[in-house]
Amino acid sequence: MNAFSAVYWKEVRENLRDRRTLINALITGPLLGPVMFITLMNVIVNRELAKTDQPLSVPVIGAALAPNLVAAMKSASIDAAPGIDDPEIAVREQRTDVVVRISPDYAKAWEKGQAVQVELIFDSSRRDAAAPVSRVRSLVEGYGRREGAMRLIARGLSPTTAWPVQVAYRDQATSQSRSALMFSFLPYFFVLTVFLGGMYLAIDLTAGERERQSLEPLFVNPVPRWQILAGKLGAICTFSLVSLLLSMAAFATAPWFIPTEKIGIALDLGWRFASQVVLLMLPLIVLLAALQSLVSAFAKSYREAQTYLSILMIVPVLPSALLSVVAIRAEPWMYAVPLLGQNLGIVQLLRGDGMAGWQIALCLGGGLVAAVLAVWGTALMYRSERLAISG
Amino acid sequence: MIEVKDLHKSFGDVRAVNGVSFTARDGEITGLLGPNGAGKTTTLRMLYTLMTPDTGQVLVDGLDASADPSAVRRRLGVLPDARGLYKRLTASENIDYFGRLHGMPEALLRERREALIDALDMRDIATRRTEGFSQGQRVKTGIARALVHDPRNVLLDEPTNGLDVMATRAMRRFMGQLRDEGRCVLFSSHIMQEVAALCDRIVVIAHGRVVADAPPAALLAQTGETTLEDAFVKIIGTDEGLAA
Repeated sequence: MNAFSAVYWKEVRENLRDRRTLINALITGPLLGPVMFITLMNVIVNRELAKTDQPLSVPVIGAALAPNLVAAMKSASIDAAPGIDDPEIAVREQRTDVVVRISPDYAKAWEKGQAVQVELIFDSSRRDAAAPVSRVRSLVEGYGRREGAMRLIARGLSPTTAWPVQVAYRDQATSQSRSALMFSFLPYFFVLTVFLGGMYLAIDLTAGERERQSLEPLFVNPVPRWQILAGKLGAICTFSLVSLLLSMAAFATAPWFIPTEKIGIALDLGWRFASQVVLLMLPLIVLLAALQSLVSAFAKSYREAQTYLSILMIVPVLPSALLSVVAIRAEPWMYAVPLLGQNLGIVQLLRGDGMAGWQIALCLGGGLVAAVLAVWGTALMYRSERLAISG
Repeated sequence: MIEVKDLHKSFGDVRAVNGVSFTARDGEITGLLGPNGAGKTTTLRMLYTLMTPDTGQVLVDGLDASADPSAVRRRLGVLPDARGLYKRLTASENIDYFGRLHGMPEALLRERREALIDALDMRDIATRRTEGFSQGQRVKTGIARALVHDPRNVLLDEPTNGLDVMATRAMRRFMGQLRDEGRCVLFSSHIMQEVAALCDRIVVIAHGRVVADAPPAALLAQTGETTLEDAFVKIIGTDEGLAA
C-alpha cells in the first residue's frame, strides 16, 4: 500500500468513527441548504399568494364622497374600511399598508367634470406593502381611465384622443427565469455544503492532529510530507463531495415541497442540473479543502482553527450577496473568478439558459488554477519545520 | 549506529544546541542525560530529521540525514516527545498505519505487529480504541508503532516519563531486549537511576553542549564522586534546573 492510500484510508476510517464529523458531512451540511431553501420559498410563495388572491381591506377617508369608486374597489375585492384620523402615522407605524384619502371637494368637482384628487398614503421602503399598494394604485388608475373614456365618448370623441400612446407589456421572462431571480442565493448553499462537509475533517487533520501531538510521530515516517498532505486533502475532498451529492439529491426533491406552479415558475433541479453543478463545483471542492487545511495549519489549536474557519466561511457569501444586490452583466472574465464563476453559472443553469462550452471551461480552468495555488501554498506550509512542533 | 558531529541549532536568539557531538553504537544503550531545557529534545529532533541543523552533521548507519532524510528515517524507530495516538483507532490500527506508511507488505506487517504486541505485553489493549488509554498504555502503543518496521536504530525521548514503577521496569527490560538484539538504542532522560541502571554509555548535555561522554563507571572516576547524581551535578556545574 503506498503512502497516499495509507493516509487516505486511515483518515476516512477514523473520521467515519467521529460523530461530529459525520453529522456535519452527512446531515447538517447537505440538509441545511435544502431545508432553508424550502422553508424560505414556502414563506415567500404563500405571502405572495395571500397578497394577490385575498380580499384586501383598505381604510378610505371620505368614502361617502365617492360611492362609485368604492364600488369599483369592492368589485376588485378591495374593501373600504372606515377612514382613520392619522393616516400618515398609521402607515409609518405599520398599522396599515396603504390608506386612500378622497379630497373633500371630490363630489363637487366630479359633478362639474373636473379633475379630482385621490391620495394614496404608503411607504415605498416597506417591501411587504408593495403588493397591496400596487393593487390599489392600479385599481384607482384603471377607474380614472375608464371614467375618462366614458366622458370622451359622451362628448362624441374617441378615447384614443386622450391616450395617443399605448404601452404594451411584452415580458420576456420565462417561468424558469422568473424563478432564477428568486433562487439567486441557491449557489451559496452549494458552496456552504462543500465548506461544512470538509470543515471538521480539515481542522482535525491539521490543527487537531497537532493539538493531539500526533503530527510529529507521523512526520517521522519515511514519507514525503506532500504525500501525507495529498492523502489528507483526498479525504477532505471525499467528505465534501459526498456532502454535495447528498445535498443535490435533497434539492432534487425540493419542487415537491414548494407550490411553484401557483406562482407560475418552473424549477428544474433534475439530474442534468445536478451533474452540471457538481462538475462546476469540483475545483471549488479542492480549493476549499486546501484553504481550510492552510488556515487550520496556522492555528495552534482545534478551537482556534474553528474560529478562523468560521471567518473564512463568510468569503463565499460575497459573490452571492453581490449578485443579488447589484445586477451586474456577466462579463466573460467573471466566469474565471472562482466562486463568482460558479455563482453565475449555477444561476444561469437555474434560469434554464444552459452554459456555453467556453463558460464551463473558464469556470473549471479558473477554479483549477486557484485550487493548484492553494494546494501549493499548503504544501509549502507543510514543509515548514514549525508545523510539527506542538509545544 | 548514530554519529552526531558538531550540531548547532538556534531559535531566534536562543542557542538551543550549541556544538553537540557523540556516537551511539550498535548493541549498546546510550543515554542522553541533561537538565530540562538542555537541548535533548532538539538534538533528537535533528537526529530524526524533523529539524534541520544550522550546522553539523548526523550520520545514521553511515547515511547523511541532510542528504537523504527518507533513508535515514527508514532506519530509525522513534518515540518522540510528542506521542499522540489516534484516539478513534485501536492500538493495532495505530500500529498498522505506521507500518503502511513504511510501505510494509500486509503479511509482514501483521507478523511484526503481533510480535510487538506480545513483546510489549499489550495483548489486552490491542483491539481497544486508544481513547482513555493510561500513560503506560500510550507509551507501549507509541513504541510498538515506532518499531513496527524493525529498525536498527531506536530513539526514545524520555520513554519512562509519567510511567509508574511497574511500567518503568517493563520499559527498561524491553530496552535491554532491544540492545541484546544488537540494535543501537539512544534515549534521553533526566532521571539518574534510570540512566545508571541501563546505559552502557552516558552523554551529558547542558546548555546545548556535551559536557561529558563516558561509561557510567568512568564518569564516577572522572569526578571522584560515589553516586551518579553527585557526579552529574558536578559535571553540569550547578544543580539549577535538575529534576528528580
